[in-house]
Amino acid sequence: MTPREHTPSAAQLRRSAYRRRQSLRSVLIAAFSTAALGTLLVVAVTGAPGWDRVRQSFLDPEIGADALPAVLDGLWLNVRLLVCCAAGALLLGLVIAVLRTLRGPVFFPVRALAAGYTYTFRGLPLIIVLYLLTLGVPGLRLRGMPSVLVLGGLALVLTYGGYLAEVFRAGIESVHPSQLAAARSLGLTYRQTMRHVVLPQAVRRVAPPLLNDVVALQKDVGLVSLAGPIDAVRAAQIATAQSFNYTPYVVAGVLFVLLAIPLIAVTDWVTLRSARRQSGG
Amino acid sequence: MALLRCRGLRKEFAGHVVLDRLDLTVAEHRVVALIGASGSGKSTLLRCVNLLEEVDDGTIELDGEDISDPRVDADRVRRRIGMVFQAYNLFPHLSVLDNITLAPRRVHGRARAEAEAQARDLLDRVGLGAKAHAYPDALSGGQQQRVAIVRALANSPRLMLLDEVTSALDPELVGEVLTMIRDLKADGMTMVLATHEMGFAREVADEVCFLDAGRVVESGPPEQVLGEPTQARTRQFLRRIIEAGRL
Repeated sequence: MTPREHTPSAAQLRRSAYRRRQSLRSVLIAAFSTAALGTLLVVAVTGAPGWDRVRQSFLDPEIGADALPAVLDGLWLNVRLLVCCAAGALLLGLVIAVLRTLRGPVFFPVRALAAGYTYTFRGLPLIIVLYLLTLGVPGLRLRGMPSVLVLGGLALVLTYGGYLAEVFRAGIESVHPSQLAAARSLGLTYRQTMRHVVLPQAVRRVAPPLLNDVVALQKDVGLVSLAGPIDAVRAAQIATAQSFNYTPYVVAGVLFVLLAIPLIAVTDWVTLRSARRQSGG
Repeated sequence: MALLRCRGLRKEFAGHVVLDRLDLTVAEHRVVALIGASGSGKSTLLRCVNLLEEVDDGTIELDGEDISDPRVDADRVRRRIGMVFQAYNLFPHLSVLDNITLAPRRVHGRARAEAEAQARDLLDRVGLGAKAHAYPDALSGGQQQRVAIVRALANSPRLMLLDEVTSALDPELVGEVLTMIRDLKADGMTMVLATHEMGFAREVADEVCFLDAGRVVESGPPEQVLGEPTQARTRQFLRRIIEAGRL
């Protein structure tokens, strides 16, 4: 059966024409106002009395090129730390979140410990955790003490694990109890229900806020430089101190943004894909 | 022999008594329909039998085994009981095939190929073979409910509990689900179904139990309970159903 050829009525043609005119008008207004605002900004900034000085001290191409290798070296440390800490924090957060959902008096100590952990490390400023672990723990002079870098990474994992645990928990609790009832009625154990029914749905739902925290972590991994290791921002700081010019900071900033773009793009893609798969079929 | 025997069941929620010294016996290959107003305890009874709720008193025996004993492994009991819910409760992140094969694979330890072959066979039988790879959201309510029934059947249960399985469906989709239940009865499946479909209860049930305030007020063959009820409350309930045009 082929659909019959449809000729729009006069009223529909009038409506379509009106909508076309309206959208054209909106596009024109948006384009014009954006251009006007952009021009205004450029004129205001470049026309400012101090513009030449600012350009010299923040946007010097030569100094930027000189600082780039050191900043890139530092950025490599950021990337490595980010990958390890993100994996560690996601795993820790997931485990803590699952522990917090356990029911029954047997699990009270586990629940209490998990809750105490999230309360403590979400409340404690990251810098203090970093100092405690990288300066305090080596002071114990235990044998086989890991490097400052590992201890710093541990501080990041502990702090971010607390945030991520709460995101995971929100996801787990957003799965309707009827899903649990259905899974248990099929004979699945609590563990199997978590593994195959609750967590897959929970993680998909909270993927955007989880990755959002990973993007935030990307910027905070640099704080390990407080304990010695040289990350991108620290490298830029050193270069700035040598040249009395702030361009290395701008270089580092641009690199951070470039690093975040793929992560953010992945977030959007993951969200879109799961939404499409479930509703599209 | 009785497949399911409930004796003196009591269940309360926050001081509100939902099941009150309830007795129910279901022989093998029999279909028992539970009727009664909302809140009369039909769903709670089914959830207690499936150990999704803990009873506050009384015993439940399945195949002669006391399953209300706390030492019993609830997961092992549930493998022998299939349950279908009013709101289907399919897993939205899994395809139809994965919904059906989840329990056979994870609970019964079947190989994927074997479980999928069985699932496809069941799906073909209910005319949903083409939907094996669809996700639940892409199906109509009637199709989702039929998948939910297939999912419960894939465990080869001894007993099926159906909790108002057509209540959430558009009238024109009710028929396809009822046809499936009719076929199950023909295959000899033991079923307990809570329903508002009096016509269907009359046709498919061997026994109808009228529940009121957590007790079985009247039970017997459908012609008797629905046709010549002896209890005043049963008559009152049926009169209201007739007024609502559902009989």
